[in-house]
Amino acid sequence: MKLRFLSIFAAAALLAACESAPEEKAATSSTATPPVVKQGIVPGSEQDFIANVGDRVFFDFDKYALRADAKSTLDKQVAWLKKYPTYSLTIEGHADERGTREYNLALGERRANSVKEYLVAGGLPAARVKTISYGKERPVALGSNEAAWSQNRRGVTVLSK
Amino acid sequence: MLTRLRLAAAALAVAFAGMLAVAPASAQGVRIDITKGYMKPLPIAIPELFGASPQESQVGQDIAKVVAADLERSGLFKPIDQRAFIQTAAALQTGPRFPDWKQINAEALVSGKAEIGVDGRMRVEFRLWDVFNEQQMAGQLFTATPQGWRRIAHLIADAIYKRVTGEDGYFDTQIVYISETGPKNDRRKRLAIMDQDGENHRFLSSGADLVLTPRFSPTARELTYMSYYKGTPRVYIYQVDTGRRELLGDFPGMTFAPRFSPDGNKVIMSLAQNGNTEIYEMNLLTRQKRRLTNHPAIDTSPSMAPDGGHIVFNSDRGGAPQLYTMDSDGGGVQRISFGDGRYTTPVWSPRGDLIAFTKQKGGEFYIGVMRPDGSDERLLAQGWLVEGPTWAPNGRVLAFWKETPSSERGTGGGSKLYTIDLTGVNERQVLTPLDGSDPAWSPLIP
Repeated sequence: MKLRFLSIFAAAALLAACESAPEEKAATSSTATPPVVKQGIVPGSEQDFIANVGDRVFFDFDKYALRADAKSTLDKQVAWLKKYPTYSLTIEGHADERGTREYNLALGERRANSVKEYLVAGGLPAARVKTISYGKERPVALGSNEAAWSQNRRGVTVLSK
Repeated sequence: MLTRLRLAAAALAVAFAGMLAVAPASAQGVRIDITKGYMKPLPIAIPELFGASPQESQVGQDIAKVVAADLERSGLFKPIDQRAFIQTAAALQTGPRFPDWKQINAEALVSGKAEIGVDGRMRVEFRLWDVFNEQQMAGQLFTATPQGWRRIAHLIADAIYKRVTGEDGYFDTQIVYISETGPKNDRRKRLAIMDQDGENHRFLSSGADLVLTPRFSPTARELTYMSYYKGTPRVYIYQVDTGRRELLGDFPGMTFAPRFSPDGNKVIMSLAQNGNTEIYEMNLLTRQKRRLTNHPAIDTSPSMAPDGGHIVFNSDRGGAPQLYTMDSDGGGVQRISFGDGRYTTPVWSPRGDLIAFTKQKGGEFYIGVMRPDGSDERLLAQGWLVEGPTWAPNGRVLAFWKETPSSERGTGGGSKLYTIDLTGVNERQVLTPLDGSDPAWSPLIP
C-alpha cells in the first residue's frame, strides 16, 4: 500500500514537470516498486509516451470539456502518435468518488470521448482509438480530498500494439 | 444450500383452514399503524417453538430466534427477553395462561410446535395471540425438509408482521449486492447474494471481472447486472440457480444501469456511445431493442413504475443531474426534482407511491424519497457518501450503501450496507463478510 502510494505520488510529480529530466524522476520512483527497470527510456516505447508526452489529462468536477492544459498534452500525444503509427489506443475515462456509480459511468464515457474526438480532430484515424469508461471504480489517488479527486477525474491514453 | 431451500420451498405447504380457530374478524386484535411517523415498538413474546425431541427442540429454538430477530430489526416490534417468561413452551401447548404474559407486559404472544416425522419431513405450526383480548390472531402450519427451517422462520415473521401492521412483510427475501475488498485503487468486486438478514451468504462471481449494479427480476431467479467481462462493459442476465450468464443484446457501446420491468419481460438500461448516454429498452421475448430518450445529455438510471406505464430516470439535460419521468414509450418527459442539489439513482417504489433517490448537496449525500410528481421530498439518511437506494417489496424499508472517507494512503475508508425505514428513524447495518455496495432487494420469494 505504501509503495503504491509512493509511486503514484512520483507519477504525479512527474506529470507536473514532464519537460524537465523525467528520466531521473522515473528512476527514483521505480526504485520503490520492484521489479526495477534500470535501462533508459527507449524513444517510441510506452515508457517514452508516459514520461515524455504524458498519458493523461484532467477534468474539472462533473465536466468533460478539455481544459487548456489538457489540449496541450493531447497536442503532444497527437504528434508522438503520428511519429509512431503502429500503436492502437484505448482512452479510459474516469471520475472522482463524489458522484453516484451509474452517473459516473456515463460521465467517464463522455470524458473518454472528448479525448478521442480531440485526437481524431488532430489527425489520428478514428479506427485506431477505442474508449472505455470506468466511472469512479478505478481511482489512482487514494485520498478523499480535492487533491486526490483532481487526479482521478482523468482521461488516460493507453497504448497497445 | 439454495437448491435445498428451493426444494423445501416447493414442498412448503401453507395450509391450515379449519384446524386452528383463526381469529374471526381480521380487523380486531393488537395492531400497529405504520402510516404514522415514529411509533413505539410492540412488546411481543416469542418463546421457542415446542419440540419433543432434542432435534425438534433445537429447530424450535432456532426458528424463534430468527423470527424475533426479523421482527426486532423492523423497528416495529420489541421481542421480550425469554428469561422473563413464566409459562413454558411445553405448557403453552395447551393454550396461553394470559395472566403470565400480561404480567411481563407482552401485548402479543407467539406459540408453536416443531415436529420431524419418521419420513424426515418437518411440520411447524405457529399461532399469534392478542394477550389483552385473550384471542388468537393468526395461525399457520408449514411442512418442509428440516433444512428449510430458516425460510419457515421468515414466513412466520412475515405472517406476524402482516397480521399486526396490515402491510405485507419483507423477511422471506434476498439481497444481491457487490462484495468489495482490497485497496481503493485495486478493489476486487464480486457479485454476492444472501438472505435479507445476511444469512446463507454466497458469492456468485470470482472477482476476476469488475461487476456492478445487480438487480433482481420479479421472480427473484434472475439478475441483471453489468460486467467488464473480457474488458468490455456490458449488461448481462444471470440465472441464480444455474449460474448461467448471458450477454444482453448486441450494442455498439457500453451498456449499463439495467433494471427489469415489473412484468419481467423487458430490461431498461443505458447505452453510452460517442459521448452520449441514452436509455434503451430490450424486450426479452422478442429481443427487439428500442431507444426511449433522444437527447445529447446523460440519460441513465431508469426505473419503471410498478404499473409499467412510466419510467423515472436521471438526466443532466438541465445542466446538473436531476430526476425526470417519462411515459414508458419515451414520450411526455417531465422534470420532477427541483430542490437544491444533485439528484441521481431514482427507484420507483413497488407500491408506486414514492420514488427513492440519492441526493448530493454541500459535500454530503442523502437518501430521500419524493412523490412521483416531485412533491413532498423527505431525506431519510445522510452521510459522507450514501448511495443507491433499493426498496423492500412492501415499500416500507429501503436498503442502500454508505462509504466512509479514506486517508491520503487510502486507509480508513470502507463501504457497508444499511437499511432504513420510511420514518427515517430505524437505520441498521446489514452485516456482510466483506465490504458491500449496490444492494438490490428481491421481491418476496415466490
